[in-house]
Amino acid sequence: MSTTPEHLKWPDHADHTAVPYSVFNDQEVYELEQEKIYNGDTWHFLAATEEVPDKGSFKSTYIGDTPVVVTRGQDDEVYAWVNRCAHRGAEVCRERHGKSEDGVFACVYHQWAYDAKGDLHGVPFQRGLAGKGGMPKDFDKKQHSLRKVRVVVFHGTVFGTFGDNTPDIEEYMGEDVAYHFKRLMHKPIEILGTTRQYIAGNWKFYSENTKDPYHASLLHLFHATFGLYRSSQKGESIINNDYHSVLWASSGTESADALDDMKKDKLRTLQTGEYELKDPSLLKGQQEFDDGITLVILSLFPSLVLQQIQNTLAFRQILPKGKDEFELVWTYFGYKDDTEELRNIRLKQFNLIGPAGLISMEDGESTELCQNAIVRDGKYTNVIQMDGKEATGNDHLVTEGLIRGLWKGYKELMQF
Amino acid sequence: MSTATLTLELKNEVEDLLNTYAQCIDDDNLEQWPDFFTEQCLYRIIPRENHEIGLPTAVMWCDSRGMLEDRVTALRHANVYQVQWYRHITSNPVITTEDGETFNVQSNYAVFKTCNDGESTVYNVGRYVDVIVRIDGKLKFKERSAIYDTHKITTLMVIPI
Repeated sequence: MSTTPEHLKWPDHADHTAVPYSVFNDQEVYELEQEKIYNGDTWHFLAATEEVPDKGSFKSTYIGDTPVVVTRGQDDEVYAWVNRCAHRGAEVCRERHGKSEDGVFACVYHQWAYDAKGDLHGVPFQRGLAGKGGMPKDFDKKQHSLRKVRVVVFHGTVFGTFGDNTPDIEEYMGEDVAYHFKRLMHKPIEILGTTRQYIAGNWKFYSENTKDPYHASLLHLFHATFGLYRSSQKGESIINNDYHSVLWASSGTESADALDDMKKDKLRTLQTGEYELKDPSLLKGQQEFDDGITLVILSLFPSLVLQQIQNTLAFRQILPKGKDEFELVWTYFGYKDDTEELRNIRLKQFNLIGPAGLISMEDGESTELCQNAIVRDGKYTNVIQMDGKEATGNDHLVTEGLIRGLWKGYKELMQF
Repeated sequence: MSTATLTLELKNEVEDLLNTYAQCIDDDNLEQWPDFFTEQCLYRIIPRENHEIGLPTAVMWCDSRGMLEDRVTALRHANVYQVQWYRHITSNPVITTEDGETFNVQSNYAVFKTCNDGESTVYNVGRYVDVIVRIDGKLKFKERSAIYDTHKITTLMVIPI
């Protein structure tokens, strides 16, 4: 890895409580991130194993802005490779998902043919045609595989990494993140669908957002407007390995002191009873976990969010497309043994999340609000001091500690 | 399926429903939008990529008029988004009916979105698949699915399609 150019280093007054705006709007920083973070020793969610169920199944996705294909080989193992023909660089796989019946992945340009592992098997006219042309005698197909991505299958999901020294996935996650990951993936899942949201902002504004319980009841006013929610529910904010985090909460717990404080602040969070849901069936749910937890936002740096919001379960993949654009891919799921009733509850509650989510749509908006405003003043910094200056979690949700963790880890990775 | 009962008069009546629906949204008369539906109804905005492989996930899924009203209340009082206007272009309705009371209709739509910066973009393109019924003499949507091709939703979706 290259060292960081001097002119990109953070100004002296910047640290994990004060981040220079240049990191959100600088092409050189973006290029460096792709190299050091996305092509470095980090794990990326690529698919649920359920999305590549059979021999020959495949799914197209990305690691950072690099196109990657996940496959299941004839040996039933899962593989991944960069979607770029070793010959002249064309896309090999041009579909989002599907199944190759014969297990062959052929580039349409010159029909170079690969197997699910990415190994090259066929080169048309390798020995020429009627004695003319052909590849040189020393051409060795073994030397021209697709660029392979190291994968690991972990509790019903496939992760990939370009790094040679990426730690074991569970060690990478850390104890609490792994616990909550396994909690949500504790039995076979059923994929219920995908939606895609394209946001004109830097991907890290969204990373911050998923580590920010402070905004939840202030920006997302759906529950408050209908008198359904208050911000002081019981919960915890946890950091693992600096940049991974879990926010969890259980609803229905409310202390009298916290309510009094909110009344004094006259927050919009407490405009109870102003409107009523005409059809409350939207929020009819089931307690499906014994621990009473109804909200989990698990943020695995840099590219995955795994969430439980009431009975909605989803992976969110953060895919940077440039310094000021990213795509957010939502993959919604339930469990294979869901009753029809629980499945219908999930489908209805999906109204709450996703691009049109009654309690999530504003996250796209807030990301763009930030991006619009940070143009030019790259040396200026933000202020991340709610609940102190340490990059630590806490036993409550009135904190920006997890965001400080994100920047502490980021700064180290980027050698800023 | 017979289309013998589809008179020009009925055809005009169905097309009028499609047109007034689009204009209701484009004119920001969203409080009237639920009136286009029956009490028990199904309104969905679903990505084509899910619909084609039989996956049910929709970005909006309302199975009662009450849920449609709640969407409007949320949009007016809860959700945070920048000022935006839709302009629907609907076309090519293909209408079939057995009895002149229930209609199966498929039509195309394109929604242009304009925000405060003045730029109009092709926001969402797809097709409507409708089941239309007559209630007290008036045509209403019993089912309306907007199956969208534009699977990349820019920023967010708050106004119904």
